[in-house]
Amino acid sequence: MKKLIDLKSFSLGLWKENPVFYLMLGLCPLLAVSASLKDALGMGAAFIFVLTGANITVSIIRRWVPAHIRIPVFIIVIATFVTIVDYSMAAFLPPLHRSLGVYLPLMVVNCIILGRAEAFASKNNIVNSALDGLGMGLGFTLAILAIAVLRELPGQGTVFGIRVLGKSYTPFLIMIMPPGAFLVIGFLIALKNSMGRRKNKC
Amino acid sequence: MLNEANLGLIFLSAFLVNNILLIRFLGLCSFIGISTNLKSSVGMGAAVVFVTVMACSISWAVYRYLLLPFRLEYLRTAAFILTIASFVQFEEIIIRKKVPAMYKAFGIYLPLITTNCAILASAFLGIDYKLSFIQNLVFALGISAGYCLIIVLFASIRERIDSAPIPVNFRGVPIAFILTGLMSLALMGFKGLFKL
Repeated sequence: MKKLIDLKSFSLGLWKENPVFYLMLGLCPLLAVSASLKDALGMGAAFIFVLTGANITVSIIRRWVPAHIRIPVFIIVIATFVTIVDYSMAAFLPPLHRSLGVYLPLMVVNCIILGRAEAFASKNNIVNSALDGLGMGLGFTLAILAIAVLRELPGQGTVFGIRVLGKSYTPFLIMIMPPGAFLVIGFLIALKNSMGRRKNKC
Repeated sequence: MLNEANLGLIFLSAFLVNNILLIRFLGLCSFIGISTNLKSSVGMGAAVVFVTVMACSISWAVYRYLLLPFRLEYLRTAAFILTIASFVQFEEIIIRKKVPAMYKAFGIYLPLITTNCAILASAFLGIDYKLSFIQNLVFALGISAGYCLIIVLFASIRERIDSAPIPVNFRGVPIAFILTGLMSLALMGFKGLFKL
């Protein structure tokens, strides 16, 4: 049995069991919205909210959900939080909502979120589940920001829309277009392999 | 706008210009996971075509005749994922009883499809573009045909890659992503075909 408050559940997701680089999960939003740092940050924030909210809720209701219908129940919980984010973002941050587009509601089928609900929140207490959600969410945000830097900087010569490389720099446009995303993730995984870590597939 | 274009353009746009895998980045988990083998790629591709077309038509009807009249648009996300999940279950039972040969051919891919984000995305996109029923049908057909084409092509390439001398660190998933990037680059060539 785990301790009541175990800080490890927070720190694991940040690096050691980073959901993206360690578990290779949730690739779709990672590639699709990493062309600019602003979108990536918005996606990361939405992701942390949904993951933490879903983890807390699943942890609260875990004793009353019959085992054989737990997956549909978890999906409904996740869909609720995704809808909250979707509608609040449409109301308060319409430009960000437009650029995230269909990838925001698609968080509902993201395997990281359902995976954490199933593997962690349905077995642990509320505090630990919240910490796990925060840690995994932050881990995802760090990964998507890392990819976004590697795409936005060469692709446009900017960081968060602010020009970093001088005027004489010719943007390497391919990086902010779809092929760039695939190339960056391919090289990042190769880098991770060379650092000698084990890998798993979705 | 897409809903004013003719059916041929809608199909081409979904099939090549905005290919679901290479340009929209959806359905990647199954793409990377299954494309190691040509035979299972063909099976997965066929199953995706079948389920996307059916699921998109049903979710279109759910949205148009259930959610819109009662002003429940905000339930879209939950309603669609439930529709697709229950439809896949239902379909699996029907196919197993009525067409056992087809059930054997689809095998494990049918239940896996519930979590394929390409299908949920096609349902969302059809609604976002405000397509009519027939347009939505053609759109879903285009998207899934695009998925099918790319996964079969990619599986054929990957079978060759296995016997190529690749640096150790790039073997497996990394080289698969880099190849996908190159294919995506080729598909960018269709971008200027027409503006929608």
